Amino acid sequence: MPVLEKDDTQIWRRRTRGQALTHWAGWLIGTAIFVYCWQQISGATTWFFVWDAPRIAGDIWTRATPPRWEYIAQLGRPIWDTLNIATLGTLMALVMAVPVAFLAARNTTPSRLFIRPIALLIIVSTRSINSLIWALLLIAIIGPGVFAGVIAIAIRSIGFCAKLLYEAIEEIDHTQVEAITATGASRWQVMAYGIVPQILPAFAGISVFRWDINIRESTVLGLVGAGGIGLQLQSSLNVLAWPQVSLILLVILAFVVVSEWVSAKVRGAII
Amino acid sequence: MLRLEGLTKTYKTGDQALTDIDLEVPKGQVLALIGPSGAGKSTMIRCINRLVEPTAGKVLLDGVDIAHLSAGALRRARREMGMIFQEYALVERLTVMENVLSGRLGYVGFWRSFTRRYPQADVDEAFRLLDRVGLLHMADKRADELSGGQRQRVGICRALIQNPKLLLVDEPTASLDPKTSRQIMRLICELCAERGLAAIINIHDVALAQMFVARVVGLRFGEIAFDGAPDGLTPDVLTQIYGEEDWEATIEKVEDEDDIEAAE
Repeated sequence: MPVLEKDDTQIWRRRTRGQALTHWAGWLIGTAIFVYCWQQISGATTWFFVWDAPRIAGDIWTRATPPRWEYIAQLGRPIWDTLNIATLGTLMALVMAVPVAFLAARNTTPSRLFIRPIALLIIVSTRSINSLIWALLLIAIIGPGVFAGVIAIAIRSIGFCAKLLYEAIEEIDHTQVEAITATGASRWQVMAYGIVPQILPAFAGISVFRWDINIRESTVLGLVGAGGIGLQLQSSLNVLAWPQVSLILLVILAFVVVSEWVSAKVRGAII
Repeated sequence: MLRLEGLTKTYKTGDQALTDIDLEVPKGQVLALIGPSGAGKSTMIRCINRLVEPTAGKVLLDGVDIAHLSAGALRRARREMGMIFQEYALVERLTVMENVLSGRLGYVGFWRSFTRRYPQADVDEAFRLLDRVGLLHMADKRADELSGGQRQRVGICRALIQNPKLLLVDEPTASLDPKTSRQIMRLICELCAERGLAAIINIHDVALAQMFVARVVGLRFGEIAFDGAPDGLTPDVLTQIYGEEDWEATIEKVEDEDDIEAAE
């Protein structure tokens, strides 16, 4: 905070002269980089397609409207599959995430040196690969269909659920655990009385949150052949049946809105 | 009944919390442990039931050395020692009844405790204890709905339902207002007298300790600096335990408060 003395008055400036110059230089360099990058991108773009885009979009719009409403009769089953993929996948993930979370939390892991890193590795590796990629892999292994979708969603969700859950376990009030230990309770009793009641709200919140995400993820799994409404989307796109595509998109939108509403209600009831 | 022999605790950080403590607590004696923060009061209590592992020395409860027990035997020994905590340490999301019954965890198997099917004798005893501390009507409330004083009463019930020989009490009144503090201290001392329990009570409030207990032990830097009757706590002794300060006010306050009590 520089203060200049001038004619007996103290003038305050936000920056010193040097700071101001560096500041302007920073902006100048930033702008230069932006302009350069713009030119590079522009050079690599076929501008004809870009200028053409509004016309094509308009063309698709006219082809896709109105949606082919009678096609909805064939969408009930795929939507049901999608719901099942998300729900079963979430349940399976939770069953596997709970032990992983207990092994990963610093205060409950049996061994910080050996078991905790393994649990963390499981969390990181399942979290970092997208469910679409898991689905591609699983279709190669167990063949296309709903089951591959369920497993893909389950594997992808383990890391997410386990990570949030182990953070909740690490944040519990330790004195409650101490109090239960002091009664002479066994290790499992300490878990059931000292730890579980404390993490139950977090667990319920995580489950519903992940279910909500999985509903959205499972709508695209069909694109690679793992069942659900994405399968219909894929086949409609392949035969350029635009009125069907627009109907499917509308159905997915409605489906996701409903699932978000449900999960918001459930979470509101818990917290 | 309880004897500490050369009890020493050195934390991993190198802090010497307790140095060679020798202490004998006979059956039925209520003892107040005073001393400045960091003197090792909490550590000492936790070394007795091994929530903190002692570095060296013996903790003899009726001749059994707790400091060298296996995990299973330690759990059985812990049943003999009820513990009461500063911040009550109730399981907040369980009901009052579940919290009281959790004192029986050392006696019932996992499945029975998990499904909350405690033996009828335990349930009867829980109701009796809640009635004794005046909280019978709260049995079905969740623990986090209770006030501080009520929570501490539930904590007391949880410790007593263990049917212990010894109570370990860690700052029972530090989170309570002065009136509730006295009520809680009185309740603990009464219950100890009723059941012939020994108790070690960590306490900050010297005046409160003087009002209720027969023996005071002062800790300073992890060593016993005073051991005697409460009226032996002269300004000189308090200076020795806590360091230089004007102690006349503290001691006078005790007398004033006694007057107020008498007037009430």
